[in-house]
Amino acid sequence: MSKQFQFKLVLLGESAVGKSSLVLRFVRDQFDDYRESTIGAAFLTQTVTLDDSTTVKFEIWDTAGQERYKSLAPMYYRNANCAVVVYDITQSTSLDKARSWVRELQRQADPSIVIALCGNKTDLNARRQVSQEEAKKYADEEGLMWGETSAKSGEGVSDIFTAIAKKLPLSTPQSRPGASRASAPGTQGGVDLNRRLGATEQSDACNC
Amino acid sequence: MDEKYDVIVLGTGLTECILSGLLSVDGKKVLHMDRNDYYGGDSASLNLTQLYRKFRPNEEVPTKLGKDRDYNIDLIPKFIIASGELTKMLVHTEVTRYLEFKQIAGSFVYRDGRISKVPSTEMEAVKSPLMGLFEKRRAKKFFEFLQNWKEDDPATHQGLDLDVDSMKTVYEKFGLEPGTQDFIGHAMALYLDDDYITKPARPSYDRIVLYTSSMTRYGKSPYIYPLYGLGELPQSFARLSAIYGGTYMLDKPIDEIITDDNGKFVGVRSGNETVRADKVIGDPSYFGAGKDSDSGKVRVIEEGKVIRAICFLNHTIPGTDDSDSCQIIIPQNQVGRRNDIYIAMVSSTHNVCAKDVYVAIVSTIVETKNPEAEIEPGLKLLGPVFDKFVSVSPLYIPTSTGEADNIFITRSYDATSHFETVVDEVNNVWKRVTGHELELKPRKEEDQARIGE
Repeated sequence: MSKQFQFKLVLLGESAVGKSSLVLRFVRDQFDDYRESTIGAAFLTQTVTLDDSTTVKFEIWDTAGQERYKSLAPMYYRNANCAVVVYDITQSTSLDKARSWVRELQRQADPSIVIALCGNKTDLNARRQVSQEEAKKYADEEGLMWGETSAKSGEGVSDIFTAIAKKLPLSTPQSRPGASRASAPGTQGGVDLNRRLGATEQSDACNC
Repeated sequence: MDEKYDVIVLGTGLTECILSGLLSVDGKKVLHMDRNDYYGGDSASLNLTQLYRKFRPNEEVPTKLGKDRDYNIDLIPKFIIASGELTKMLVHTEVTRYLEFKQIAGSFVYRDGRISKVPSTEMEAVKSPLMGLFEKRRAKKFFEFLQNWKEDDPATHQGLDLDVDSMKTVYEKFGLEPGTQDFIGHAMALYLDDDYITKPARPSYDRIVLYTSSMTRYGKSPYIYPLYGLGELPQSFARLSAIYGGTYMLDKPIDEIITDDNGKFVGVRSGNETVRADKVIGDPSYFGAGKDSDSGKVRVIEEGKVIRAICFLNHTIPGTDDSDSCQIIIPQNQVGRRNDIYIAMVSSTHNVCAKDVYVAIVSTIVETKNPEAEIEPGLKLLGPVFDKFVSVSPLYIPTSTGEADNIFITRSYDATSHFETVVDEVNNVWKRVTGHELELKPRKEEDQARIGE
């Protein structure tokens, strides 16, 4: 029997490290050299197949630029199952920022959150400022997953998301508090506004 | 901060966040700022640390209340009417993808010294102690009249003209008792006072129909509520705005509203930084509310006051069948007042507090010099209260529409128990700012499919 698990994944990291590009590569296998700061990044999902019977669907939340002035809403961290904290390997300050985002996650997010540290822009290896050893050492100290990617070439992108999918607890998806709402609408007294509105609007009768 | 914006929005209350979101979607370049380091302004939901900072700045948060992060305490008690205008707005803008809703378990009304459930089914109506046997028959005829009303079929009008005849005339035609009128007008049509009785019946008809259609939509009550508190609503619209390019800055003190020689808006100053825009929208607190205006121009005035008491209980409210959440309306006539007293209760079921804690907010429009005594009939219904945070908030309204100086000020959140007036305000400000009506265009079939699939 095939099973699909759904998880909320949030992206964090300094502006311009390539958070949106990473997601666009992962979800649409696209890259745009001149991407502006995040505008119109919709609600993206992508499914990773782990084996014949198991798929993991990521519901991906981009910061929508709200990280720029430290104005991310609590809603962003709420029920996040996993986070990808991105830094730019050509900017050593971006790793410092990544560290502060990891601290923020440890403070705000669910303690069971899976965090992956991701060094992006390996296509610019010639300008590298952050060594693999330094990043890996920090990740190990904090118990984070770690990987390097190039959203531009695609290198390492699917690897890091697949690694996260494997690390997520797939035992009891529905009962986990973080398990996504979209997977089980209407359960536990929840209400689905979308479906029911369509239904009531068609019959305008007053059901007194 | 050197860029120029189309619109600067001040304050991240729900009204401002909806406007910000809609303007960004409309292609406007929006800068949205708040002096607080949290979203929501007056319509925020606070954790314990924030709640204590606001109400008892010199006190430590007691550890017995549980974890700080388990708490999302609303400052303003309101529920969402299931078939109401806010629901349409949430669905239209698709911010529903960021939110999760649950029903409010029950809606109750106070009559003759006790509370009873507002019937949600015919069965409940038959059993309801709200009305005697003969009154039930009369009420049944009244509700059948409403249900069968067809605009273009005079036979269904029973000689009444909703646009001319008053609600008083309608009540009298069906011979309804004053107590029944209280329950229909206040617990179903959700009027806060009795001014509606002498006015044409049409708006009352619309409100009762909205109530009953909302009631049947999910079953238990006509109300829904977002998990993690009402503060999720402004956050979701802020996210919508950000996704469409809106820039967000929290924790940003606003020191000056800058105008030119003609009094027209130029920009706002925060510390040494000045940012310019064509227009500004903001809540009254950014325009001199509660203090002397810096420029000598009075931009907002006080219209009245609301008292709200946030009460922590460790039990459900007596007489509510152990409901994990409820609304209780105390119609003004029942306690000799001009305005209703309103109780909204939510609990850990809605992820707003620790397990076994219940948060009830008692509120009313202030009528006397001793507002705390005014909410006493509401507090009495709660049983033992182990902690209470009381505030008396002025309701501000702008002195001008803003079209002349491009300064558009929103109204404070009123004492109503729902969000319908918030949506009215959004429509109103939108029209003032853009010059045309806000249109939520009907969406295509495929867009109505569940989001997130």
